[in-house]
Amino acid sequence: MNEQSSGATTAHGGSAAAGPLDPIAEKVSACMQCGTCTGSCANAFAMDYTPRQLWRLVQLGEQDEIFRSTTFWMCSSCYYCTLRCPRGLPLTETIQALKRIAFARGTYRSKTSPVFYSTFVDNIRRYGRVREMDMMTRFFLRLKHPVAPLRFASLGVKLLRKGKISPQMPALFAKGKLDGLFRKVRELESES
Amino acid sequence: MKYLYYPGCSLEGTASEYDASVRAVMHSLGAELAEIEDWTCCGASAGDAISYLLSLALPARNLAIAGKQSPRSDVLVPCNACYLNLKRVDDHMNRSTDIREKINVVLAEENLRYGGGIKVRHLLDVLVRDFGPESIAANVKNKLSGMRIVPYYGCQFARPYSDADDPQFPVSMEPLIRALGAEVYPWTMGAKCCGAGLMTTKSEVALKLVANLLNGASEADCILTICPMCQMNLDSQQNKASRLLGKDMSKSVLYVTQLMGIAFGLSDEELMLKKNLAVTAGFQTKLRSASSRA
Repeated sequence: MNEQSSGATTAHGGSAAAGPLDPIAEKVSACMQCGTCTGSCANAFAMDYTPRQLWRLVQLGEQDEIFRSTTFWMCSSCYYCTLRCPRGLPLTETIQALKRIAFARGTYRSKTSPVFYSTFVDNIRRYGRVREMDMMTRFFLRLKHPVAPLRFASLGVKLLRKGKISPQMPALFAKGKLDGLFRKVRELESES
Repeated sequence: MKYLYYPGCSLEGTASEYDASVRAVMHSLGAELAEIEDWTCCGASAGDAISYLLSLALPARNLAIAGKQSPRSDVLVPCNACYLNLKRVDDHMNRSTDIREKINVVLAEENLRYGGGIKVRHLLDVLVRDFGPESIAANVKNKLSGMRIVPYYGCQFARPYSDADDPQFPVSMEPLIRALGAEVYPWTMGAKCCGAGLMTTKSEVALKLVANLLNGASEADCILTICPMCQMNLDSQQNKASRLLGKDMSKSVLYVTQLMGIAFGLSDEELMLKKNLAVTAGFQTKLRSASSRA
């Protein structure tokens, strides 16, 4: 992670010990609550807290409320908020950082997004490239949600019929192609 | 002209027609593509949601190989998400020497090193800037006259890195469409997000964005895309979008290189037109009448 711990205090003025939210709070400390991010966000309609409200929660250090929120899982990384923020804050990057913290803490209301991201990344480790069919199969298995695959069934059939996805056997016992690279990343991240 | 080619994972699977048409059209234009040897996934938007360092090390691995393979060639990328991820590496390495060092410690695992400076280019940028409408027009055998085409850029083509086009109202596809003899259908949604990043995890949210875009393009003959995520999302959700809006939302959604290939007189097989989920009857009739005029 490149964010250096700032040791910043929360907006409460409290002297909270350095926490994972500090670098994020520092990034949005200049937010003046104008709401341009919310007005620009394609997915704000589906969020519990709007982006502007989320930044306020971050400024206030309301950790529990932040990680109970669905807002950052609804971000589709279109960078429109970042483009239009009059304070020039890196909002999309900050949302991604919140996803990482939520993932590391294991606190999220719905497991769909974290399970998808981690299955995706695991596929990269195994094969170097994402094998769409293998990835989706593993995703549904890990989701343990019997109805979820049905929502994708008609699309899956269409794609198979068009020859757009090739059914591949998963390599169960093979060595992962990027094992070494992934191990090194984990090693460096646990040091910092 | 010679380029290092980074297809990205989708172009090996659900977007194989994009890969085929990119290769065919670039060949017609006289460009040489050398695929980056043993390239691996760029991490898409999942990598960054799991690990910041990983999200940079993955694309850096590809750039390091590219540098060894052909140090002076630009890397050509047809996918918006891959383009952003590969381009992002230099930006973030320049922001922090700490991250620059860490990336190289990771790459050392594979005996690679990336010093920066490889130029990452989106396919559209290469088509427009390196070839240009004149040389594209010179290859046109079937003018696509009478066709109204909606240029759809998606978000990550010009955001956050806007050196290829205007990040809010991109225009670079317009001269290209006109060079093919077609009309540009005017709209303002070219850089609006289609929600592809949420297609698997929050599909009901993505569907609303798709329906909105299809609705905005309802009077056009075809939506032209430059990203496998956008194409898949706009192409595959049309039945659901039709049910959501209570009207027919069928629309042909082609890759920029497929439409160019049609105008260049390349065969349907070369362009893999059969792989698109939706190529409407109306669009095919117009295509036939365009080629019979030629």
